[in-house]
Amino acid sequence: MTTVKVYGPGCKRCETTAQMVRDAAASLGLEVEVEKVTDPKSIAMAGVMSTPGISIDGKLVHAGGLPDKNKLEDWLSA
Amino acid sequence: MSDHVSRPFHSLPDPWRWHIGVALFVTLWWMLYRQLSPIAEWIVAAIPVDRHSHTGEALAFFFYDVPKVMMLLTLIVFAMGVVRSYFSAEKTRSLLSGRREGIGNVFAAGLGVLTPFCSCSAVPLFIGFVSAGVPLGVTFSFLIAAPMVNEVALVLLFGLVGWQVALTYLAFGLGIAIAAGFVIGQLHLEGWLQDWVRDIHSGASAPDMPECEGRRMVDRYRLGIEAVREIFGKVWKWILLGIAMGALIHGYVPENLMASIMGAEAWWSVPAAVVLGIPMYTNAAGVIPIVEALLGKGAALGTVLAFMMSVIALSLPEMIILKQVLTYRLIAVFICVVGSGILAVGFLFNLIF
Repeated sequence: MTTVKVYGPGCKRCETTAQMVRDAAASLGLEVEVEKVTDPKSIAMAGVMSTPGISIDGKLVHAGGLPDKNKLEDWLSA
Repeated sequence: MSDHVSRPFHSLPDPWRWHIGVALFVTLWWMLYRQLSPIAEWIVAAIPVDRHSHTGEALAFFFYDVPKVMMLLTLIVFAMGVVRSYFSAEKTRSLLSGRREGIGNVFAAGLGVLTPFCSCSAVPLFIGFVSAGVPLGVTFSFLIAAPMVNEVALVLLFGLVGWQVALTYLAFGLGIAIAAGFVIGQLHLEGWLQDWVRDIHSGASAPDMPECEGRRMVDRYRLGIEAVREIFGKVWKWILLGIAMGALIHGYVPENLMASIMGAEAWWSVPAAVVLGIPMYTNAAGVIPIVEALLGKGAALGTVLAFMMSVIALSLPEMIILKQVLTYRLIAVFICVVGSGILAVGFLFNLIF
Protein backbone atom coordinates (compact mmCIF):
# COMPACT_ATOMS: atom_id res chain seq x y z
CA MET A 1 0.00 0.00 0.00
CA THR A 2 1.43 3.32 -1.08
CA THR A 3 0.92 6.43 0.99
CA VAL A 4 0.75 9.65 -0.98
CA LYS A 5 0.74 13.00 0.75
CA VAL A 6 -0.52 16.09 -1.01
CA TYR A 7 0.76 19.30 0.55
CA GLY A 8 -1.26 22.48 0.18
CA PRO A 9 -3.39 24.84 2.25
CA GLY A 10 -6.55 23.71 0.49
CA CYS A 11 -6.78 25.90 -2.56
CA LYS A 12 -8.38 24.64 -5.74
CA ARG A 13 -5.15 23.43 -7.27
CA CYS A 14 -4.43 21.22 -4.27
CA GLU A 15 -7.84 19.58 -4.60
CA THR A 16 -7.21 18.98 -8.29
CA THR A 17 -3.80 17.49 -7.53
CA ALA A 18 -5.24 15.07 -4.96
CA GLN A 19 -7.84 13.97 -7.48
CA MET A 20 -5.16 13.53 -10.15
CA VAL A 21 -3.24 11.25 -7.81
CA ARG A 22 -6.34 9.13 -7.18
CA ASP A 23 -7.12 8.94 -10.89
CA ALA A 24 -3.55 8.01 -11.81
CA ALA A 25 -3.50 5.31 -9.14
CA ALA A 26 -6.83 3.95 -10.32
CA SER A 27 -5.67 3.78 -13.92
CA LEU A 28 -2.54 1.91 -12.83
CA GLY A 29 -4.60 -0.39 -10.64
CA LEU A 30 -2.61 0.64 -7.57
CA GLU A 31 -4.00 0.90 -4.11
CA VAL A 32 -3.01 4.21 -2.58
CA GLU A 33 -3.92 6.17 0.47
CA VAL A 34 -4.07 9.89 -0.25
CA GLU A 35 -3.50 12.14 2.72
CA LYS A 36 -3.89 15.88 2.47
CA VAL A 37 -1.55 18.04 4.54
CA THR A 38 -3.04 21.49 4.96
CA ASP A 39 -1.25 22.88 8.02
CA PRO A 40 1.31 25.45 6.82
CA LYS A 41 3.74 24.42 9.52
CA SER A 42 3.70 20.79 8.44
CA ILE A 43 3.96 21.82 4.80
CA ALA A 44 7.03 23.88 5.56
CA MET A 45 8.55 21.12 7.72
CA ALA A 46 8.27 18.70 4.78
CA GLY A 47 10.43 21.07 2.77
CA VAL A 48 7.67 22.16 0.40
CA MET A 49 7.92 25.81 -0.58
CA SER A 50 5.50 26.05 -3.44
CA THR A 51 2.24 24.20 -3.26
CA PRO A 52 0.81 21.81 -4.20
CA GLY A 53 3.57 19.35 -3.31
CA ILE A 54 3.46 15.56 -3.51
CA SER A 55 5.36 12.96 -1.54
CA ILE A 56 5.16 9.22 -2.15
CA ASP A 57 6.03 6.96 0.75
CA GLY A 58 7.81 9.82 2.45
CA LYS A 59 9.83 10.91 -0.58
CA LEU A 60 9.09 14.35 -2.00
CA VAL A 61 8.65 14.10 -5.76
CA HIS A 62 6.96 17.34 -6.78
CA ALA A 63 6.42 20.91 -5.65
CA GLY A 64 4.68 23.83 -7.26
CA GLY A 65 1.84 23.73 -9.75
CA LEU A 66 -0.19 20.86 -11.09
CA PRO A 67 1.86 17.73 -11.74
CA ASP A 68 2.30 16.31 -15.22
CA LYS A 69 -0.03 13.34 -15.68
CA ASN A 70 2.59 11.06 -17.24
CA LYS A 71 5.20 11.90 -14.63
CA LEU A 72 2.68 11.25 -11.90
CA GLU A 73 2.15 7.72 -13.22
CA ASP A 74 5.91 7.20 -13.40
CA TRP A 75 6.36 8.26 -9.78
CA LEU A 76 3.52 6.06 -8.60
CA SER A 77 4.70 2.95 -10.43
CA ALA A 78 8.37 3.43 -9.46
CA MET B 1 -3.52 25.95 -32.38
CA SER B 2 -2.10 23.51 -34.91
CA ASP B 3 -5.24 23.13 -36.99
CA HIS B 4 -4.62 26.00 -39.40
CA VAL B 5 -2.08 24.39 -41.69
CA SER B 6 -2.65 21.15 -43.57
CA ARG B 7 -0.65 18.08 -44.40
CA PRO B 8 3.07 18.95 -44.58
CA PHE B 9 2.63 20.52 -41.19
CA HIS B 10 1.91 17.19 -39.57
CA SER B 11 5.15 15.67 -40.76
CA LEU B 12 7.09 18.30 -38.81
CA PRO B 13 8.58 17.32 -35.47
CA ASP B 14 6.47 18.30 -32.48
CA PRO B 15 8.51 21.30 -31.22
CA TRP B 16 8.40 22.94 -34.65
CA ARG B 17 4.65 22.62 -34.83
CA TRP B 18 4.52 24.48 -31.54
CA HIS B 19 6.98 27.17 -32.66
CA ILE B 20 4.99 27.75 -35.85
CA GLY B 21 1.70 27.65 -33.97
CA VAL B 22 2.92 30.26 -31.49
CA ALA B 23 4.31 32.48 -34.27
CA LEU B 24 1.02 32.22 -36.17
CA PHE B 25 -0.94 33.05 -33.06
CA VAL B 26 1.17 36.14 -32.36
CA THR B 27 0.75 37.35 -35.96
CA LEU B 28 -3.03 36.90 -35.86
CA TRP B 29 -3.08 38.57 -32.47
CA TRP B 30 -1.22 41.60 -33.78
CA MET B 31 -3.49 41.95 -36.83
CA LEU B 32 -6.63 41.77 -34.73
CA TYR B 33 -5.25 44.08 -32.04
CA ARG B 34 -4.66 46.86 -34.56
CA GLN B 35 -8.27 46.65 -35.72
CA LEU B 36 -9.86 46.87 -32.27
CA SER B 37 -10.87 50.51 -32.45
CA PRO B 38 -12.80 50.27 -35.77
CA ILE B 39 -14.42 47.03 -34.58
CA ALA B 40 -15.61 48.72 -31.37
CA GLU B 41 -17.01 51.69 -33.32
CA TRP B 42 -18.75 49.29 -35.68
CA ILE B 43 -20.40 47.43 -32.80
CA VAL B 44 -21.57 50.65 -31.15
CA ALA B 45 -22.88 51.92 -34.49
CA ALA B 46 -24.92 48.73 -34.80
CA ILE B 47 -26.61 49.44 -31.45
CA PRO B 48 -29.43 51.99 -31.76
CA VAL B 49 -28.03 54.66 -29.44
CA ASP B 50 -26.57 58.08 -30.14
CA ARG B 51 -22.78 57.70 -30.23
CA HIS B 52 -22.33 61.01 -28.43
CA SER B 53 -24.82 60.39 -25.67
CA HIS B 54 -23.77 59.21 -22.19
CA THR B 55 -24.84 55.68 -23.07
CA GLY B 56 -22.97 55.82 -26.37
CA GLU B 57 -19.76 56.98 -24.65
CA ALA B 58 -20.08 54.28 -22.02
CA LEU B 59 -20.70 51.55 -24.62
CA ALA B 60 -17.79 52.62 -26.82
CA PHE B 61 -15.49 52.57 -23.79
CA PHE B 62 -16.72 49.11 -22.83
CA PHE B 63 -16.49 47.49 -26.28
CA TYR B 64 -13.04 48.89 -26.93
CA ASP B 65 -11.49 48.27 -23.52
CA VAL B 66 -12.76 44.77 -22.81
CA PRO B 67 -11.27 43.08 -25.92
CA LYS B 68 -8.14 45.20 -25.68
CA VAL B 69 -7.44 44.21 -22.09
CA MET B 70 -8.32 40.57 -22.71
CA MET B 71 -5.99 40.38 -25.71
CA LEU B 72 -3.11 42.08 -23.92
CA LEU B 73 -3.57 39.80 -20.94
CA THR B 74 -3.56 36.66 -23.10
CA LEU B 75 -0.28 37.53 -24.78
CA ILE B 76 1.58 38.82 -21.74
CA VAL B 77 0.39 36.12 -19.35
CA PHE B 78 1.40 33.47 -21.89
CA ALA B 79 4.84 35.06 -22.29
CA MET B 80 5.29 35.32 -18.52
CA GLY B 81 4.19 31.70 -18.12
CA VAL B 82 6.96 30.64 -20.51
CA VAL B 83 9.53 32.87 -18.77
CA ARG B 84 8.51 31.61 -15.31
CA SER B 85 9.04 28.01 -16.41
CA TYR B 86 12.77 28.77 -16.15
CA PHE B 87 12.39 29.69 -12.47
CA SER B 88 11.25 27.91 -9.33
CA ALA B 89 11.03 28.76 -5.65
CA GLU B 90 13.85 26.29 -4.92
CA LYS B 91 16.16 27.83 -7.49
CA THR B 92 15.39 31.35 -6.29
CA ARG B 93 16.08 30.32 -2.73
CA SER B 94 19.49 28.93 -3.56
CA LEU B 95 20.25 32.13 -5.49
CA LEU B 96 19.31 34.21 -2.45
CA SER B 97 20.58 32.21 0.50
CA GLY B 98 23.52 33.77 2.24
CA ARG B 99 23.43 36.83 0.03
CA ARG B 100 24.26 40.15 1.65
CA GLU B 101 21.57 42.71 2.43
CA GLY B 102 21.41 45.46 -0.14
CA ILE B 103 22.30 43.61 -3.31
CA GLY B 104 20.28 40.70 -1.91
CA ASN B 105 17.20 42.91 -1.66
CA VAL B 106 17.59 43.99 -5.28
CA PHE B 107 17.94 40.36 -6.42
CA ALA B 108 14.99 39.27 -4.30
CA ALA B 109 12.66 41.93 -5.68
CA GLY B 110 13.60 41.05 -9.26
CA LEU B 111 13.21 37.33 -8.64
CA GLY B 112 9.90 38.03 -6.90
CA VAL B 113 8.56 39.15 -10.26
CA LEU B 114 9.96 36.17 -12.20
CA THR B 115 9.42 33.25 -9.80
CA PRO B 116 6.07 31.46 -9.98
CA PHE B 117 4.29 32.44 -6.79
CA CYS B 118 0.84 31.89 -5.37
CA SER B 119 -0.14 33.80 -2.26
CA CYS B 120 -1.56 30.56 -0.81
CA SER B 121 1.98 29.24 -0.40
CA ALA B 122 3.35 32.42 1.17
CA VAL B 123 3.87 30.78 4.58
CA PRO B 124 5.76 27.64 3.47
CA LEU B 125 7.82 29.82 1.14
CA PHE B 126 8.64 32.25 3.93
CA ILE B 127 9.79 29.43 6.19
CA GLY B 128 11.67 27.73 3.38
CA PHE B 129 13.60 30.91 2.68
CA VAL B 130 14.35 31.87 6.27
CA SER B 131 15.36 28.35 7.30
CA ALA B 132 17.80 28.10 4.40
CA GLY B 133 19.63 31.24 5.47
CA VAL B 134 17.99 33.85 3.28
CA PRO B 135 18.14 37.03 5.41
CA LEU B 136 14.77 38.20 6.78
CA GLY B 137 14.88 41.54 4.96
CA VAL B 138 15.72 39.84 1.66
CA THR B 139 12.81 37.43 2.15
CA PHE B 140 10.52 40.40 2.68
CA SER B 141 11.73 42.07 -0.51
CA PHE B 142 10.68 38.93 -2.35
CA LEU B 143 7.32 38.68 -0.63
CA ILE B 144 6.48 42.34 -1.28
CA ALA B 145 7.52 42.35 -4.94
CA ALA B 146 5.85 39.05 -5.87
CA PRO B 147 2.23 40.16 -5.52
CA MET B 148 2.69 43.90 -6.14
CA VAL B 149 4.66 43.87 -9.36
CA ASN B 150 2.69 41.35 -11.37
CA GLU B 151 1.99 41.17 -15.06
CA VAL B 152 -1.76 41.57 -14.65
CA ALA B 153 -1.32 44.96 -12.95
CA LEU B 154 1.25 46.05 -15.50
CA VAL B 155 -0.80 44.95 -18.51
CA LEU B 156 -3.89 46.73 -17.24
CA LEU B 157 -2.00 49.92 -16.47
CA PHE B 158 -0.35 49.77 -19.88
CA GLY B 159 -3.57 49.05 -21.73
CA LEU B 160 -5.86 51.42 -19.87
CA VAL B 161 -3.65 54.26 -18.67
CA GLY B 162 -0.47 54.25 -20.75
CA TRP B 163 3.03 52.80 -20.89
CA GLN B 164 4.65 55.66 -18.99
CA VAL B 165 2.51 54.96 -15.96
CA ALA B 166 3.03 51.19 -16.27
CA LEU B 167 6.78 51.63 -16.38
CA THR B 168 6.78 54.05 -13.46
CA TYR B 169 4.65 51.61 -11.48
CA LEU B 170 7.13 48.83 -12.22
CA ALA B 171 10.07 50.96 -11.11
CA PHE B 172 8.42 52.22 -7.93
CA GLY B 173 6.91 48.83 -7.07
CA LEU B 174 10.39 47.28 -7.20
CA GLY B 175 11.75 50.31 -5.35
CA ILE B 176 9.33 49.86 -2.46
CA ALA B 177 10.06 46.12 -2.26
CA ILE B 178 13.82 46.74 -2.18
CA ALA B 179 13.71 49.64 0.28
CA ALA B 180 11.12 48.12 2.63
CA GLY B 181 13.01 44.80 2.75
CA PHE B 182 16.27 46.62 3.37
CA VAL B 183 14.81 48.66 6.25
CA ILE B 184 13.26 45.57 7.84
CA GLY B 185 16.64 43.82 7.50
CA GLN B 186 18.46 46.69 9.20
CA LEU B 187 16.05 46.59 12.14
CA HIS B 188 17.19 43.00 12.95
CA LEU B 189 13.80 41.70 13.95
CA GLU B 190 14.58 37.98 13.67
CA GLY B 191 13.53 37.68 17.34
CA TRP B 192 10.02 38.76 16.40
CA LEU B 193 9.28 35.67 14.37
CA GLN B 194 7.00 33.11 15.96
CA ASP B 195 9.05 30.79 18.16
CA TRP B 196 8.55 27.63 16.15
CA VAL B 197 9.81 29.33 12.99
CA ARG B 198 13.13 30.05 14.69
CA ASP B 199 13.32 26.48 15.89
CA ILE B 200 13.38 25.02 12.41
CA HIS B 201 15.87 27.63 11.33
CA SER B 202 18.57 25.17 10.51
CA GLY B 203 16.42 22.04 10.44
CA ALA B 204 14.36 21.00 7.45
CA SER B 205 15.89 21.24 4.04
CA ALA B 206 14.04 20.66 0.84
CA PRO B 207 15.37 18.18 -1.68
CA ASP B 208 16.40 19.77 -4.93
CA MET B 209 13.56 19.91 -7.37
CA PRO B 210 15.33 19.99 -10.70
CA GLU B 211 12.07 19.90 -12.67
CA CYS B 212 12.46 23.36 -14.15
CA GLU B 213 15.83 22.41 -15.67
CA GLY B 214 14.71 19.44 -17.69
CA ARG B 215 11.72 21.08 -19.31
CA ARG B 216 11.46 21.00 -23.06
CA MET B 217 10.28 24.04 -24.97
CA VAL B 218 6.96 22.29 -25.59
CA ASP B 219 6.45 21.94 -21.84
CA ARG B 220 7.16 25.64 -21.44
CA TYR B 221 4.56 26.57 -24.05
CA ARG B 222 2.10 24.31 -22.28
CA LEU B 223 2.84 26.06 -18.97
CA GLY B 224 2.22 29.38 -20.72
CA ILE B 225 -1.19 28.21 -21.90
CA GLU B 226 -1.91 26.82 -18.44
CA ALA B 227 -1.07 30.25 -16.95
CA VAL B 228 -3.46 31.98 -19.37
CA ARG B 229 -6.24 29.55 -18.46
CA GLU B 230 -5.67 30.00 -14.76
CA ILE B 231 -5.42 33.79 -14.79
CA PHE B 232 -8.49 34.14 -16.97
CA GLY B 233 -10.47 31.79 -14.75
CA LYS B 234 -9.59 34.03 -11.82
CA VAL B 235 -9.89 37.51 -13.25
CA TRP B 236 -12.37 37.62 -16.13
CA LYS B 237 -15.35 38.59 -14.02
CA TRP B 238 -13.33 41.26 -12.24
CA ILE B 239 -12.25 42.73 -15.53
CA LEU B 240 -15.80 42.78 -16.90
CA LEU B 241 -17.15 44.27 -13.70
CA GLY B 242 -14.31 46.74 -13.37
CA ILE B 243 -14.54 47.94 -16.95
CA ALA B 244 -18.34 48.13 -16.76
CA MET B 245 -18.00 50.35 -13.68
CA GLY B 246 -15.28 52.29 -15.42
CA ALA B 247 -17.56 52.75 -18.43
CA LEU B 248 -20.38 54.03 -16.23
CA ILE B 249 -18.10 56.53 -14.53
CA HIS B 250 -16.68 57.45 -17.93
CA GLY B 251 -20.10 58.12 -19.41
CA TYR B 252 -22.04 59.57 -16.50
CA VAL B 253 -19.90 61.07 -13.75
CA PRO B 254 -19.27 64.75 -14.50
CA GLU B 255 -15.75 65.85 -15.40
CA ASN B 256 -13.62 66.95 -12.42
CA LEU B 257 -16.02 65.63 -9.80
CA MET B 258 -13.13 63.64 -8.37
CA ALA B 259 -10.68 66.52 -8.52
CA SER B 260 -11.85 68.02 -5.24
CA ILE B 261 -11.74 64.78 -3.23
CA MET B 262 -8.97 62.89 -5.00
CA GLY B 263 -7.03 65.68 -6.69
CA ALA B 264 -3.41 66.60 -6.08
CA GLU B 265 -4.34 69.61 -3.97
CA ALA B 266 -5.97 67.47 -1.32
CA TRP B 267 -2.78 66.22 0.38
CA TRP B 268 -4.66 64.04 2.86
CA SER B 269 -6.15 62.02 0.03
CA VAL B 270 -2.95 59.93 -0.30
CA PRO B 271 -2.88 58.61 3.29
CA ALA B 272 -6.64 58.20 3.13
CA ALA B 273 -6.26 56.09 -0.03
CA VAL B 274 -3.64 53.87 1.66
CA VAL B 275 -5.75 53.31 4.76
CA LEU B 276 -8.85 52.64 2.66
CA GLY B 277 -6.92 50.09 0.60
CA ILE B 278 -5.81 47.85 3.51
CA PRO B 279 -9.10 46.10 4.32
CA MET B 280 -9.93 45.80 0.63
CA TYR B 281 -8.76 42.65 -1.01
CA THR B 282 -9.00 42.10 -4.69
CA ASN B 283 -6.51 41.49 -7.42
CA ALA B 284 -5.13 44.12 -9.76
CA ALA B 285 -7.72 43.25 -12.39
CA GLY B 286 -10.62 44.45 -10.31
CA VAL B 287 -9.05 47.76 -9.31
CA ILE B 288 -7.42 49.09 -12.42
CA PRO B 289 -10.41 49.78 -14.67
CA ILE B 290 -11.85 51.87 -11.83
CA VAL B 291 -8.44 53.50 -11.50
CA GLU B 292 -8.53 54.54 -15.14
CA ALA B 293 -12.02 55.99 -14.92
CA LEU B 294 -11.16 57.91 -11.74
CA LEU B 295 -8.09 59.35 -13.43
CA GLY B 296 -10.19 60.43 -16.38
CA LYS B 297 -12.35 62.43 -14.00
CA GLY B 298 -9.56 64.39 -12.40
CA ALA B 299 -8.35 62.17 -9.56
CA ALA B 300 -4.59 62.58 -9.06
CA LEU B 301 -2.43 59.74 -10.36
CA GLY B 302 -0.39 59.41 -7.15
CA THR B 303 -3.49 59.10 -5.01
CA VAL B 304 -5.00 56.48 -7.28
CA LEU B 305 -1.78 54.46 -7.51
CA ALA B 306 -1.31 54.59 -3.73
CA PHE B 307 -4.80 53.18 -3.38
CA MET B 308 -4.05 50.44 -5.86
CA MET B 309 -0.72 49.46 -4.29
CA SER B 310 -2.30 49.42 -0.87
CA VAL B 311 -5.12 47.15 -2.05
CA ILE B 312 -2.69 44.71 -3.66
CA ALA B 313 0.30 44.75 -1.30
CA LEU B 314 -1.24 45.43 2.11
CA SER B 315 -4.25 43.24 2.57
CA LEU B 316 -5.91 42.00 5.70
CA PRO B 317 -6.26 38.36 4.58
CA GLU B 318 -2.55 38.26 3.85
CA MET B 319 -1.79 39.58 7.34
CA ILE B 320 -3.89 36.78 8.78
CA ILE B 321 -1.90 34.23 6.81
CA LEU B 322 1.40 35.80 7.85
CA LYS B 323 0.29 35.83 11.50
CA GLN B 324 1.20 32.14 11.54
CA VAL B 325 4.88 33.00 11.18
CA LEU B 326 5.18 36.61 12.33
CA THR B 327 4.31 38.22 15.66
CA TYR B 328 1.92 41.19 15.72
CA ARG B 329 4.84 43.51 16.34
CA LEU B 330 6.57 42.36 13.20
CA ILE B 331 3.36 42.64 11.17
CA ALA B 332 2.93 46.20 12.47
CA VAL B 333 6.47 47.05 11.38
CA PHE B 334 5.76 45.47 7.99
CA ILE B 335 2.61 47.56 7.50
CA CYS B 336 4.35 50.76 8.61
CA VAL B 337 7.39 50.29 6.39
CA VAL B 338 5.48 49.26 3.26
CA GLY B 339 2.77 51.83 3.97
CA SER B 340 5.37 54.63 4.19
CA GLY B 341 6.84 53.47 0.90
CA ILE B 342 3.43 53.63 -0.76
CA LEU B 343 2.77 57.06 0.76
CA ALA B 344 6.08 58.33 -0.60
CA VAL B 345 5.25 56.98 -4.07
CA GLY B 346 1.79 58.56 -3.91
CA PHE B 347 3.12 62.00 -3.03
CA LEU B 348 5.95 61.72 -5.53
CA PHE B 349 3.60 60.78 -8.39
CA ASN B 350 1.31 63.67 -7.56
CA LEU B 351 4.34 65.90 -7.76
CA ILE B 352 5.67 64.52 -11.07
CA PHE B 353 2.54 63.94 -13.15
